[in-house]
Amino acid sequence: MTFWNDPINFIADWLQDVFIGWGASTSVAEVITSLIGIVVMILFAMVIAIALVWVERKVVARFQDRLGPNRIGPFGIFQPFADIVKLVIKEDIIPAGADRVVFNMAPVISLASVILIWAIIPLASNIYGVDINVGVLYLVAVGSFGTLSVIMAGWASNNKYALIGAFRMVATMISYEIPMVVALMIPTIISGTMSVQGITQAQSSVWFAILSPLGFLLFMISAIAELGRSPFDLNEAESEIVAGFHIEYTGMKFGLFYAGELLHAFTFGGFMAVLFFGGYGGFFGLENVAGFTWLSNPFIELIVFLVKAMIGYWIIMWIKYSMPRIRIDHMLAFNWKFLTPLAFVLLMVTALFDKLLAPTQFYVAGMFLSNVVLGWIVIEILRKFSKHERVLQENPAEPVVIQAANHGQGVS
Amino acid sequence: MTPEQIIFILTAALIVGTAFLVVTTRNLVHAALWLVATLFGVAILYGLSGAGFLALVQIVIYIGAIAILFIFAVMLTRKEMRDKGAQVNRNWPISAFLALLVFGGLAFILSGWDGFSATASSVPVSGDTLTALGKALVSPDAFVLPFEVASILLLAALVGAVYLAASNKE
Repeated sequence: MTFWNDPINFIADWLQDVFIGWGASTSVAEVITSLIGIVVMILFAMVIAIALVWVERKVVARFQDRLGPNRIGPFGIFQPFADIVKLVIKEDIIPAGADRVVFNMAPVISLASVILIWAIIPLASNIYGVDINVGVLYLVAVGSFGTLSVIMAGWASNNKYALIGAFRMVATMISYEIPMVVALMIPTIISGTMSVQGITQAQSSVWFAILSPLGFLLFMISAIAELGRSPFDLNEAESEIVAGFHIEYTGMKFGLFYAGELLHAFTFGGFMAVLFFGGYGGFFGLENVAGFTWLSNPFIELIVFLVKAMIGYWIIMWIKYSMPRIRIDHMLAFNWKFLTPLAFVLLMVTALFDKLLAPTQFYVAGMFLSNVVLGWIVIEILRKFSKHERVLQENPAEPVVIQAANHGQGVS
Repeated sequence: MTPEQIIFILTAALIVGTAFLVVTTRNLVHAALWLVATLFGVAILYGLSGAGFLALVQIVIYIGAIAILFIFAVMLTRKEMRDKGAQVNRNWPISAFLALLVFGGLAFILSGWDGFSATASSVPVSGDTLTALGKALVSPDAFVLPFEVASILLLAALVGAVYLAASNKE
């Protein structure tokens, strides 16, 4: 084991030897080394969050046809530090009638729920926090702390906009958890494991996005909803409820929510890469060919992972800044009447074809085609439905029929 | 003391302390939040005993769904979050005495049992426990019948909820 093949374990072993040399017992040295590892991982995530502030502002500016921050440093790259200084020196306001303890804990839990996810992120084949055999479920479990922090912030602020924002956010998060869990089941079924390392390694020859493009789309939509980003940003809809659940937060407490949101989006970009695009690997077997073995070096893997995660994050931003906001009844109807049934049908189709085709050479083609056929059926059903809706709207002759279509807009 | 023992003692103290606060705090939303802390402590205990799947399911179900629905119900149904009345009635010394008596009696009887002071034998962990659990749940030799009965029960509850919600609208 050398530094270039296994950097983290190399440093950890060296540190452990140092502590033992200082007279600590083996278990104490292990605990201290693990604690240092946790702190380093959190710092890494936070440094990425600082960089993401710049990335987000710059990319948004490009989408909106303007320049973005360009004064501090080359391309405005030191803008986040100015932002941090500004946030830190702002007055810390706690509104009258707020529940002080809960109010102050909410941003901490919000950021913690994101950083906890980093415990299982496979940055490279030997750079990760832990590899638990229920990694996929861990992602969902940690998300529930995010929901909790939103409720705490909304309730403790003693502000009606904050409470409305929190209600909307929780309604979104609880509903979209279902298609998300089902979408997470699809890589689990194909790879036969819930561990994120196992899922990554199972994609070394073919990406799951090819085996299950619909599963990827489902995961992406429910991840965006879970993030509360546009088009699902009705939790902080500026034009309706000012800023939603974090309306009363100032200074660094707002900064924690903001950093948490950016890091969460980046983390879900990373999970899109891990679950459907091969994570740190997925070179279609290229890393076994002589001359390309350097692809399985942990540093290369780390860079590949970060680039893939950044692409996922970029797609999330692209959707965020191109889509109008969805109305809450449409949001719920879209989830319960479209995404959830589709997710369950896709789950059954995936499980069936995975069992039927696994030993044959038609596996990849069969899985892909089953998804395409299912997607085509869904589009046909949607076309029928929208045609039906359009006919109803154009001929509002029968009043009984109008009532049935009362969720369409513009019917008077 | 091993690190596991330290974590266990801290977690046990957390569970007992927060469980006490759930029933004594006057603010209902605070009580619900303390309940979340208690349930989280139980999840840590599952994790410590090597049942990672159970720990995460505990968090998803109890914190992610049930505790949040609790908080929602409290926030939407109560105007006043603070209970005004007395927390105990005048019978509390008797019930405290009876509870202590039952606890003491049980502890006394159990102390005579030789399993009381025995060290727990370590559970042999062979292979993937998650796979074993999944297979046990659908295997006819193991738990497929209770599993299916529980699913039918939940389905019945779901149908009942839909019926109640739908009949209210008409």
